[in-house]
Amino acid sequence: MSDIVEKTLTALPGLFLQNQPGGGPAAAKASFSSRLGSLVRGITALTSKHEEEKLIQQELSSLKATVSAPTTTLKMMKECMVRLIYCEMLGYDASFGYIHAIKLAQQGNLLEKRVGYLAVSLFLHESHELLLLLVNTVVKDLQSTNLVEVCMALTVVSQIFPREMIPAVLPLIEDKLQHSKEIIRRKAVLALYKFHLIAPNQVQHIHIKFRKALCDRDVGVMAASLHIYLRMIKENSSGYKDLTGSFVTILKQVVGGKLPVDFNYHSVPAPWLQIQLLRILGLLGKDDQRTSELMYDVLDESLRRAELNHNVTYAILFECVHTVYSIYPKSELLEKAAKCIGKFVLSPKINLKYLGLKALTYVIQQDPTLALQHQMTIIECLDHPDPIIKRETLELLYRITNAQNVTVIVQKMLEYLHQSKEEYVIVNLVGKIAELAEKYAPDNAWFIQTMNAVFSVGGDVMHPDIPNNFLRLLAEGFDDETEDQQLRLYAVQSYLTLLDMENVLYPQRFLQVMSWVDASLSFLDGFVAEGLSQGAAPYKPHHQRQEEKLSQEKVLNFEPYGLSFSSSGFTGRQSPAGISLGSDISGNSAETGLKETNSLKLEGIKKLWGKEGYLPKKESKTGDESGALPIPQESIMENVDQAITKKDQSQVLTQSKEEKEKQLLASSLFVGLGSESTVNLLGKADTVSHKFRRKSKVKEAKSGETTSTHNMTCSSFSSLSNVAYEDDYYLNTLHDRGDKELKTFSLNSELLDSESLTELPLVEKFSNCSLSTPSLFADNSMEIFHPPQSTAASISFAKESSLASSFLEETTEYIHSNAMEICNNETISVSSYKIWKDDCLLMVWSVTNKSGLELKSANLEIFPAENFKVTEQPGCCLPVTEAESTRSFQYSVQIEKPFTEEILSGFISYHMMDTHSAQLEFSVNLSLLDFIRPLKISSEDFGKLWLSFANDVKQNVKMSESQAALPSALKTLQQKLRLHIIEIIGNEGLLACQLLPSIPCLLHCRVYADVLALWFRSSCSTLPDYLLYQCQKVMEGS
Amino acid sequence: MIKFFLMVNKQGQTRLSKYYEHVDINKRTLLETEVVKSCLSRSNEQCSFIEYKDFKLIYRQYAALFIVVGVNDTENEMAIYEFIHNFVEVLDEYFSRVSELDVSFFNTVFHGTWQAHSSPYQIMFNLDKVHIILDEMVLNGCIVETNRARILAPLLILDKMSES
Repeated sequence: MSDIVEKTLTALPGLFLQNQPGGGPAAAKASFSSRLGSLVRGITALTSKHEEEKLIQQELSSLKATVSAPTTTLKMMKECMVRLIYCEMLGYDASFGYIHAIKLAQQGNLLEKRVGYLAVSLFLHESHELLLLLVNTVVKDLQSTNLVEVCMALTVVSQIFPREMIPAVLPLIEDKLQHSKEIIRRKAVLALYKFHLIAPNQVQHIHIKFRKALCDRDVGVMAASLHIYLRMIKENSSGYKDLTGSFVTILKQVVGGKLPVDFNYHSVPAPWLQIQLLRILGLLGKDDQRTSELMYDVLDESLRRAELNHNVTYAILFECVHTVYSIYPKSELLEKAAKCIGKFVLSPKINLKYLGLKALTYVIQQDPTLALQHQMTIIECLDHPDPIIKRETLELLYRITNAQNVTVIVQKMLEYLHQSKEEYVIVNLVGKIAELAEKYAPDNAWFIQTMNAVFSVGGDVMHPDIPNNFLRLLAEGFDDETEDQQLRLYAVQSYLTLLDMENVLYPQRFLQVMSWVDASLSFLDGFVAEGLSQGAAPYKPHHQRQEEKLSQEKVLNFEPYGLSFSSSGFTGRQSPAGISLGSDISGNSAETGLKETNSLKLEGIKKLWGKEGYLPKKESKTGDESGALPIPQESIMENVDQAITKKDQSQVLTQSKEEKEKQLLASSLFVGLGSESTVNLLGKADTVSHKFRRKSKVKEAKSGETTSTHNMTCSSFSSLSNVAYEDDYYLNTLHDRGDKELKTFSLNSELLDSESLTELPLVEKFSNCSLSTPSLFADNSMEIFHPPQSTAASISFAKESSLASSFLEETTEYIHSNAMEICNNETISVSSYKIWKDDCLLMVWSVTNKSGLELKSANLEIFPAENFKVTEQPGCCLPVTEAESTRSFQYSVQIEKPFTEEILSGFISYHMMDTHSAQLEFSVNLSLLDFIRPLKISSEDFGKLWLSFANDVKQNVKMSESQAALPSALKTLQQKLRLHIIEIIGNEGLLACQLLPSIPCLLHCRVYADVLALWFRSSCSTLPDYLLYQCQKVMEGS
Repeated sequence: MIKFFLMVNKQGQTRLSKYYEHVDINKRTLLETEVVKSCLSRSNEQCSFIEYKDFKLIYRQYAALFIVVGVNDTENEMAIYEFIHNFVEVLDEYFSRVSELDVSFFNTVFHGTWQAHSSPYQIMFNLDKVHIILDEMVLNGCIVETNRARILAPLLILDKMSES
């Protein structure tokens, strides 16, 4: 089709091509160029949009006449095009000129042609139908002997070209890759890049040619090919690893100043080319040590060379830092890169500071201690007059949020949120706050109030997932019913308070949330009872129908009162209990309820509690607590928070005081980052959260004792790093000692009792002695893994030692529990033990024939269990059990679903000689601990994992006197819970374990006085809670 | 990736606009208005990067003229910031070569004495040339050439051939 039209166009040369004879052209030319000038001047002078519109419309109608007039020369047409471009640029439709742009590209000469192409590229979009008309012109120009025309055609192809016509030009463009002129080769590569963008499969066959371009003797051609490579490597880096060497060599040459001088920009060699190469290297080296090693040198050189104090060197440095932190890490480089970041963030130049924050935001995901190094700068940026800097800082803080600093960080985010007007910012921030609140909420009150703020500000613009998730959370609750009740109760109370405020409008979404939360009302019983007891009118739900309907649906009903909420925004008074509660709690009872919540304010979003809010730890709770609101805690918190935020209000404070407060804020923001160096800095916030937790959760712990040993914040960083260094040294010596202890071990099993920190599996080597003379360890493990389950256990096993020797060979490699009789009758006795294999739990049931008669076809069957996969281990079923002999059945047990305690049961069936058959049932308790194994990782990996885990639980545990020292306490944990001790640094310890098959859980311990602060993190939400509980049990028990 | 390249004066009038991703013509004006507004709201002490919707704006002011580049989050802000200046230097070199009259327009920019209304005209009267220069430097949102001589070569040849 394009051919036909284009031919038609060329068939009318008289209309467009004829040069006007006589004096016309000169006059026209002059007037034309000045007409653009006067148009521009005219527009610039105008003050109202209306006048502009008038002027442009005039211009457009005159242009319309001119472009279609037969007397218009190509020269005039070119001027017209520029004016049309101008009009479109101002937002006025000039589509009548599009076809003339194509004609100009086709028929014009040099500059006219170029302007024609330019107009086409500006006017049309990729799928515009007129674009097809351009194809023939492009084909013709690509074949032109005039290089300028070839250039133009290649430029327009790399800007805009119809995908379906690529085959028409592809061979021509491929040819150009061999052209003698670098500019043609370069533009051909760029055209192919365009094709790669819009139709990658059409250029697949020329990948070889891309490689040729990469090795082109001309820098420009090589640089052009990098665009293709960057893109392809982004999509699939593994396919281009072999090119790493080439990229490294190129970068080396560029950095080394081997390029022609005209590639320099302010004496920096080809900065944008360097950046491009650094990006490519970053992608290639990601998670690939071998490839990364190839680039360490050149990255080091890049960091070193970029010392000139020019903006563009900072651009290179930024990219370099990014790459260093993207590839497989090398500590020396990381150190240098970190130093670089320091240069950025400490710079007085605001643009560099921004860049520094951005770099920091990226790198702290790998190394959180960097945030600590720059914490004061971060604090300053948080209060920076430039909102952009502030927001970038919040972005950074968002990345380092944990359960301890969540309140402070979310508070800062909310402050920013309240000042924001831009919808995009609000949606983005509200989403982050909701995410953090759900992940790390320290308590119900804080969670509900934070979500209230989210709903009132985020309102109708936020992502619908936020209210949905929130409601699901409320509806489904957690493991703990009391806790759930409290959460719901608190939600309702806070809504009542909110609705009670006068002249406040809430977004419709928020009202919907409120009304949904209240729809089922069952948790309000306490209130009603109280109201009744104080003489309120009886509770008469007048919406029973709806309630019934709701309970039938059992799904999230987002709009239970759809009709009543069709109008958006109620003032508080107009939507009283009647609507929001959906019930007619009488005025009296509602107000009684409100009195209690009066002290709660929306701003009080600073409250802390603890992730243990979701802890299945009922024993520490008393009955009277369950119904009460955690108000007392809040007031404690408020005080602390006021102290922290005071600087906002009082500018009159002296410098030193301000500094102090900044440091206070720092300590609450950067709590829980890094390991050793945080010890002193953590102080304050740590105390805060513990105080709260103690009160609400751990009854036996007395408030105050935690704080005594805390140093208050802010010793200088240098001294801190010294401390860290010394500790390293200490650690090394400790390790050495540990090694020696290991050696002694293999000689003397009695050392099992010693204070050593050896790994559990080492103990296995002594399984023989642990069997015959049950070691301390074996005893302990029995206690933990095998709570006494059957009184029959006291019946001693006649042949314990012979049983032990009949263990299958492989079992001796693993730790196992002592055999224990689980059921018996006059004929047989069944005992079982657990073997904690590396990859599973092996259950062994031994059936001993006591009768002296021959037993035929004894069979063991396990009932299917919901949470496990039980597989019989082959080769253990002997057909005949001889008299007085023992037979073993082995089953491997694997976890399907996490649980805490489960019973595995089954039965033994057997035939006696006389064909009399019998059955005997048994059951065994399994605990999640049976599936916990040590996780052997390095401290470095620990640090990385630590940051990537969202589920976070912290708790202080009092240590008994016998284990007052950290090593002995950790040893207890290691032995009883199979936690692997990674490292002990001073008064801190790092431990790790995994839940089979491979869910890691990390533990960070710190000891002060007789208190052990345990801090768990895992990718699994139940694991930290469970392990914490177990740790407490162990610590209390021993 | 560069999403758009804008030159706007203090009055909010667009002097040049180039989009590397299709934007509807009526949406462009709105976007440009907002972009200028956010640039004008910034002081010298504030940084030259603005977060705007889901992209970033990097801007530089030359007298009354703002050059604003919209990028997505994969870009290096400082690299773009310096790229803007490179572009201005290229314009300066080109216009000082071709137009005796306006030799000093861009030079004076750097010394802060640029007359608010003179240079934008230079750009405006040569809207096509400025576009041609930009096309040499940016394609499909990628910076494809930064070597001044190479950027100007095709245009200078065109000018020369058109003269003769």
